[in-house]
Amino acid sequence: MKIKELLFDPILKNNPIALQILGICSALAVTVRLDQVLIMCFALTFVCAFSSLFVSIIRNHIPGSIRIIVQMTIIASMVIIVNEFLKAYAYDVSKAMAVYVGLIITNCIVMGRTEGFAMKNGPVASFLDGIGNGLGYSFILIIVGILRELLGSGKILGMTILPLTRDGGWYEPNGLMLLPPSAFFIIGLIIWVIRTYYPDQMEESN
Amino acid sequence: MENLINIFVKAVFIENLALTFFLGMCTFLAVSKKVSTSIGLGIAVIVVQTITIPANNLIYTYFLKPGALAWAGYPELDLSFLGLISYIGVIAAMVQILEMVLDKFVPALYNTLGIFLPLITVNCAILGGSLFMVERGYNFTESVTYGLGSGFGWALAIMALSGIREKLSYSDVPKGLKGLGITFITVGLMAIVFMCFGGIQL
Repeated sequence: MKIKELLFDPILKNNPIALQILGICSALAVTVRLDQVLIMCFALTFVCAFSSLFVSIIRNHIPGSIRIIVQMTIIASMVIIVNEFLKAYAYDVSKAMAVYVGLIITNCIVMGRTEGFAMKNGPVASFLDGIGNGLGYSFILIIVGILRELLGSGKILGMTILPLTRDGGWYEPNGLMLLPPSAFFIIGLIIWVIRTYYPDQMEESN
Repeated sequence: MENLINIFVKAVFIENLALTFFLGMCTFLAVSKKVSTSIGLGIAVIVVQTITIPANNLIYTYFLKPGALAWAGYPELDLSFLGLISYIGVIAAMVQILEMVLDKFVPALYNTLGIFLPLITVNCAILGGSLFMVERGYNFTESVTYGLGSGFGWALAIMALSGIREKLSYSDVPKGLKGLGITFITVGLMAIVFMCFGGIQL
């Protein structure tokens, strides 16, 4: 039961992007094509899970005053591993994503989970929490990625789903979806849907 | 000189970190409820950005770049894979030092910026600025200009957003969209407006 909560609560009930306002930067910039989204999700889940694990293992030995920098060092090392791995095996994609892989370091989801959860809980729970939050992040990113690629260029993962008019099909692509601002509108609407399902997430007006 | 002005204008408007690259979004959305706080945060970002980007530029040029350690007798060494960890270290250290210096010499400013300074370490606009600086191969003077410009652009964007959000509290937004949802859509519209600057060349 506990495992299930740790893994699946962050997907809808406590989503890092839609409720905790964490890790939004990369959610917007890399979502124009689904293959980039999948790599980003994999990278973030990996970094989040393993940084939580390692921070949790040494949590009793970290002095409180320098804990931020210790966590940063662990996270940065994880990101370097992912970055070098991508450069070796998926060079084109890593070139296209440029600085955004490096920016996982300052992705607040990772920092937020190590600081908020891994510092207080055991290694196994922290590892699962890291994966769960990675999944919650991936959930939103994949929806946005599918919508943008499908509506913007009629394709999913490079395969044509909606034949475009310029190739003799019927679908007129929506150029807005290829532009970065569309991600804001899609995420705004996803938040609206989630909050209609879970009314307790709604914000009171002040 | 013309080159520097060009970099500055580009960093403020055309390649605005917040509204074109979407960096520093978490803080951008979370701390933009009031104009007064966003002015404080904006100034803090300008200061930190102007210090850390040139500092990282020096570190990259004299330690990490392939062949940079020639002065120490290791011309074949390439430490550029250590980039990420060094930049974030420099940023965290700079923020800490800035906090202590302000506390000692300018307490008034420290009290205004106080709570925002630690937040800046995890602001991706700062790290992003350093990464862009490396990617574009700026030299030292260019990186000072770029730091100032990108920080200024980010500050401009957050002040504009907080102004809009203060006005927004008077409007009748659908319940589920209140707060975060409508803020996302507002930022999307602002980003479209900023796209109008694209293509301007000096």
